[in-house]
Amino acid sequence: MARYLLTRAWQSALTLLLSTIVVFVGVRALPGDPALALAGEDRSPEALEAIRRHYGLDQPLPVQFAQYVERLVQGDFGVSIRTGTPVSSMLTTALPVTVELSVLAILIAAALGVGAGVLAAVRRGRPAEWLANGLALIGLSVPHFWLGLLAILYLSVATGLFPASGFVPFLEDPVDNLHHIVLPAVILGTGLAAIIMRQTRSAMLDSLSSDYVRTAKAKGLRPRAVITRHALRNSLIVVVTVVGLQLGGLISGAVVTEQIFGLPGFGKMTIDAVFQRDYPVIQAVVLLTATAYIVINFFVDLLYSVIDPRIRVTGDPA
Amino acid sequence: MSTVSAPVLEIRDLSVSFPTETGTVSAVDGVSLDLAPGEIVGMVGESGCGKSVTAMSIAGLLPGSARITGSVRLNGTELVGARESALRRVRGQEIAYIFQEPMTSLNPVLTVGRQIGEVLQVHERMSRRAARARAVELLTRVGIPSAAVRVDAYPHQLSGGMRQRVMIAMAVACGPKVLVADEPTTALDVTVQAGILQVLRDLRDRLGTSVLIITHDLGVIADIADRVVVMYAGRVVERAPVDDLFAHPQHHYTAGLLSASPQPGRHAGTDRLTEIPGLVPVLSSQPDACTFADRCPAADARCRDSAPPLEGHGGTDHLAACWHPCSMAHQEANR
Repeated sequence: MARYLLTRAWQSALTLLLSTIVVFVGVRALPGDPALALAGEDRSPEALEAIRRHYGLDQPLPVQFAQYVERLVQGDFGVSIRTGTPVSSMLTTALPVTVELSVLAILIAAALGVGAGVLAAVRRGRPAEWLANGLALIGLSVPHFWLGLLAILYLSVATGLFPASGFVPFLEDPVDNLHHIVLPAVILGTGLAAIIMRQTRSAMLDSLSSDYVRTAKAKGLRPRAVITRHALRNSLIVVVTVVGLQLGGLISGAVVTEQIFGLPGFGKMTIDAVFQRDYPVIQAVVLLTATAYIVINFFVDLLYSVIDPRIRVTGDPA
Repeated sequence: MSTVSAPVLEIRDLSVSFPTETGTVSAVDGVSLDLAPGEIVGMVGESGCGKSVTAMSIAGLLPGSARITGSVRLNGTELVGARESALRRVRGQEIAYIFQEPMTSLNPVLTVGRQIGEVLQVHERMSRRAARARAVELLTRVGIPSAAVRVDAYPHQLSGGMRQRVMIAMAVACGPKVLVADEPTTALDVTVQAGILQVLRDLRDRLGTSVLIITHDLGVIADIADRVVVMYAGRVVERAPVDDLFAHPQHHYTAGLLSASPQPGRHAGTDRLTEIPGLVPVLSSQPDACTFADRCPAADARCRDSAPPLEGHGGTDHLAACWHPCSMAHQEANR
């Protein structure tokens, strides 16, 4: 286990370093100049030069990178070129919004996807399966931004069931917070729910026709026990894998969803930063996303061994 | 019948067919069979002859699409067409199963103790803790060393023979009246096979459980069975006490099976085993004829016109479905 963790930590550090380099070079390769964006009306070469010097943009790239990494390891993400506020304080307000949105979306997607997938497999060839398959197809093909707009139109503007935009921190008013975030979370979760449903259905069909399910039936277990304890337990590994793989999609989905619902999260911060060539903010956002991805995938891998005892997390061959 | 006591399990004229896209396929056609208390009956035949379908239909384990007619009575209670809830009480408690492939037949993500305990929790309303304790006893009884440790093992941590012992422990947990063992030793090494058969025999002796053992291995039959039922293309073609069957097979299919399997002494001097010519007929085209006629050395026009009934030849408890049983052919040849 210790050896496994060590290997994993080393691989993660390497991944993070590489993603840092890629982003650092990538944002600077984009056309556009933050100095121009900042200079406003006064675009004299002297003013631009002064701005570049102030933010260290006049240094050669390797030097800039070294300075960036040096500050990073001290926990300093730098200062936003656009607003002048420290990036870390921007993150502390934006991050909870996105984390809450994503976690809620995953929970909703898992509940809907697993439920519908099991139902579709158990009621194979009957209306319930057709309905679940149809809904999954819609969930996969309809883009969320459009679904989000429809939801705002019918559930917020027309009926007033949900607020159309805005956010209230959870600690301020938990009920109002959920009221604001449920609709975006459902919209964000639809695509994932559809994917989970399809994977759960096919995994369940496999499990249900397996020998151990036949054994479970031959033992005289109730259908509910056969389905949940025997078939579903064995299908969960697929669900966990799918959730792990779809995280990237979820994060980019969150960017769009936040924009539509006007949630002050990571996504909105990223889009604003990209438009303004706000290098420190883009770098921080990407680094954090990469870290989240690595950490969550690590937990997914640990979860495998909890679900399926045949999978062991050791560095050595079992 | 040699058995005096009433049979535990009576199968009468059992037929099973499955609808398919190309028409109905008949898998089992008019099978009748009794199982006396404490008796071990072997059911033998080649792959696809309807052995497993017969076994599965006993406790209603076939998929919903299967059409089942005839009768299966457990101590007089009809099981064909019984309600699912009634069948659930029978399964695992009165009729238990052991399957061929112990690796895939055990759930890979649950400990063996949990899987054995589950039966007790359902049928004997035991607590999880009590069921686990009982599972340790059962594992010990089927010959698993250090059962108190192994009870928490997962199937992949055990050898094939151990897994099959776990399956047996699970099957006999509630002391069933009938144990259906579908190819219980096929996936195992020969040395392990003997151990498993010994466990089955012990259980019969100790619990009085009747065993229906299904196999295509005549060696297993000779080793363990009291009586034998030979199936061919969905029908019972011969039924006899084991010694009688091996000594004087009546049906030409049985005779063919016996000469196709190596037996010490029998083939001394000859260098080849005899194979049965031809292939098993397609099950959907069950003709009103002897299903073996096309492959039978003794077949004539009568065999192709009408199906022979299962009737006594040579002894009242030795039945064969053949117009020209081997013994008669022998007599005819001598005349």
